Amino acid sequence: MNLRRCAAMSCKEFIQIRRDRRSLAIVLFLPLIQILLLGYGARLDANHIPLYVLDQEGSQHSQALLKAFQASPYFNVVKTVENYGALVRAIDSDHCKLGIVIPWNFSERLDDSGRATVQAVVDGTDDNSAQLAEGYAQAVVANYTSGVQVDWFARHGLANQATSRLSVDDRTWFNEDLESKNFIIPGTVALVMALMGALLSSLTIAREWERGTMEQLVATPVTALEIMVGKLVPYLVISLLDAALCAAFAVAWFEVPFRGGLGTFFFTTTLFLIVILGIGYMISVATKSQLGASQYALLVTLLPTTMLSGFAFPIHQQPAPIRALTYLVYSRYYVSALKRIFLDGAAINELVPQIAAMTIYALVVGFFATRAFRKSLQ
Amino acid sequence: MNRAPSIVVDKLMKRFDTFTAVKQVSFQIHAGEIFGLLGPNGSGKSTIIRMLCGLLTPSSGSATVVGFDIARHAEEVREHIGYMSQKFSLYNDLTALENLQFFAGLFGVKGSALDERIAWALKMAGLAGSERLLTGELSGGWKQRLALGSAVLHRPQVLFLDEPTAGVDPLSRGHFWELIHQMSREGVTILVTTHYMDEAEYCNRLALINQGLIVAMGTPTEIKHLAIKGTLWLVECNPLGRALAVVKQAPGVIDASVFGAALHVSVDASRQPLTELPTFLASHEVRVDRIELISPSLEDAFVSLTGDRTFSDESAQ
Repeated sequence: MNLRRCAAMSCKEFIQIRRDRRSLAIVLFLPLIQILLLGYGARLDANHIPLYVLDQEGSQHSQALLKAFQASPYFNVVKTVENYGALVRAIDSDHCKLGIVIPWNFSERLDDSGRATVQAVVDGTDDNSAQLAEGYAQAVVANYTSGVQVDWFARHGLANQATSRLSVDDRTWFNEDLESKNFIIPGTVALVMALMGALLSSLTIAREWERGTMEQLVATPVTALEIMVGKLVPYLVISLLDAALCAAFAVAWFEVPFRGGLGTFFFTTTLFLIVILGIGYMISVATKSQLGASQYALLVTLLPTTMLSGFAFPIHQQPAPIRALTYLVYSRYYVSALKRIFLDGAAINELVPQIAAMTIYALVVGFFATRAFRKSLQ
Repeated sequence: MNRAPSIVVDKLMKRFDTFTAVKQVSFQIHAGEIFGLLGPNGSGKSTIIRMLCGLLTPSSGSATVVGFDIARHAEEVREHIGYMSQKFSLYNDLTALENLQFFAGLFGVKGSALDERIAWALKMAGLAGSERLLTGELSGGWKQRLALGSAVLHRPQVLFLDEPTAGVDPLSRGHFWELIHQMSREGVTILVTTHYMDEAEYCNRLALINQGLIVAMGTPTEIKHLAIKGTLWLVECNPLGRALAVVKQAPGVIDASVFGAALHVSVDASRQPLTELPTFLASHEVRVDRIELISPSLEDAFVSLTGDRTFSDESAQ
């Protein structure tokens, strides 16, 4: 590989990006727009969920539970109603998302056995909100009843059992602050990288074909490998700058913690970009048209990154066949690495499985990409 | 001047699916020679050039360019050639200077040669002082000379020009051919395709190509004499269609074809067409307005030769 020829190619690509409005817009604005949209729009947690309560008992316990709901930042107790019909109507007319029914024997059962049930009626039209509302409600009720339970177990001389039984409360899809932005925003870096990398690299070869400049290029001594490296290096550099921009924005604007090292961040991002740029490049070689190439590239990179990487939709909640499929989705490893770098502060040695998977992908994609383009007009 | 062959083409053939673009073409070009491939659009000229530049792989046959086999040593071939494609293929969104710098980089031109060659190319293209203009904004003549400049930055031994003057004004064409002749004098071998008959006269030697076959090869003069037997006469007459239909039966007429609004008629040298033709045509109700002895052009040769070819192809079927 002749570095002078690579450099000539990279230099040319930089000039072309600078002069092409579409590329420039992708490079400068897309990351910001994406992270703003996703940062604000794609929140999965709900605050101030409108709530109706039907208290059939009206006891000290039931009133205390009602207060617990009122104190929770996740609920807004709109009204207490007198009968079940009013509750159903409120849900039907969209006045509330959740109705809590405290049964007439709530106190009795709580005092007898240390456990009691409340009924939650959830508006399921928005599945995600419904799940969240139900989850939050469970948390509030569990929190309240556990206090009662500890008392109950203590009274019955079962203090040890009380602690062991009450420790079972795992809901991995909440982060420690119960805030989905911390969970989602690190993953948006992957989304932005996939979107940008695919769009930019898918244009590289197709543009030469469309503008008729390929013929001259093929007639020079530049090799296919030099063309690929020379063309993709500028996009790698630009994408890394944009990744840094996204991370800075996540931290400064959305106040997402960034506990890991920058080295780890750029290393994993580079691996991911090699895969994305390589795929975009191969698609560009295969389709020879800028429009077609960018469409395919988005389909192959952005779609799996959105749906199957665990970026916003937790992988363990997906059905088994889809879950199996996610192991093939290279972005899953990057998203997982990103979350751990941002939230856990994981270092490179703690991300060995993710890095190993991405390295394998980078090598495979690199291998095929270097063979994808042959210097010929046929 | 070294007269060893710089390009040797041996039974080169190119088939695209069902269509054979080039059928077993052979020729040799000497160093420093300007060799023209003359033929109509679609005759296979560009396909030959593209095979010699390593852009297309031949279906069969072989060729060497400055001693390198085009199939096995395509990269070595590319280091020694310059190529100007039929369609302008520099980057319109780069400036003239940036285009030259890019191609100089790809050809490995470096050090003091880099600045010197770029300055030379800009001067040659008439773009010195305008090197920061975007290439897309340049006129046809400038673009063409810039493309030529980009193709020879690395001082190639062989230059391939595919329809280099298409869409360029006549003044720029004349200037362009001066540049080509200058390079030839410096020892550069030049293979040029054209469908402009007048331009073919600038070449040292020519191959006439029709439907993928070479129908004649030689200097322009040789080809004209080879193709046109007897003497050639310009006949202005009316009506033209009937004249063409009957004139071939006239005594001593070898061939006839329409050129513009008149006929070019080749006649056995022993005949006297000045008197015989008007008489013959008058008897077929064709009025002759003018008849004049002319010297054959390459176009005459081409029409005459390809007419023969078409006929023999048909009779072979």
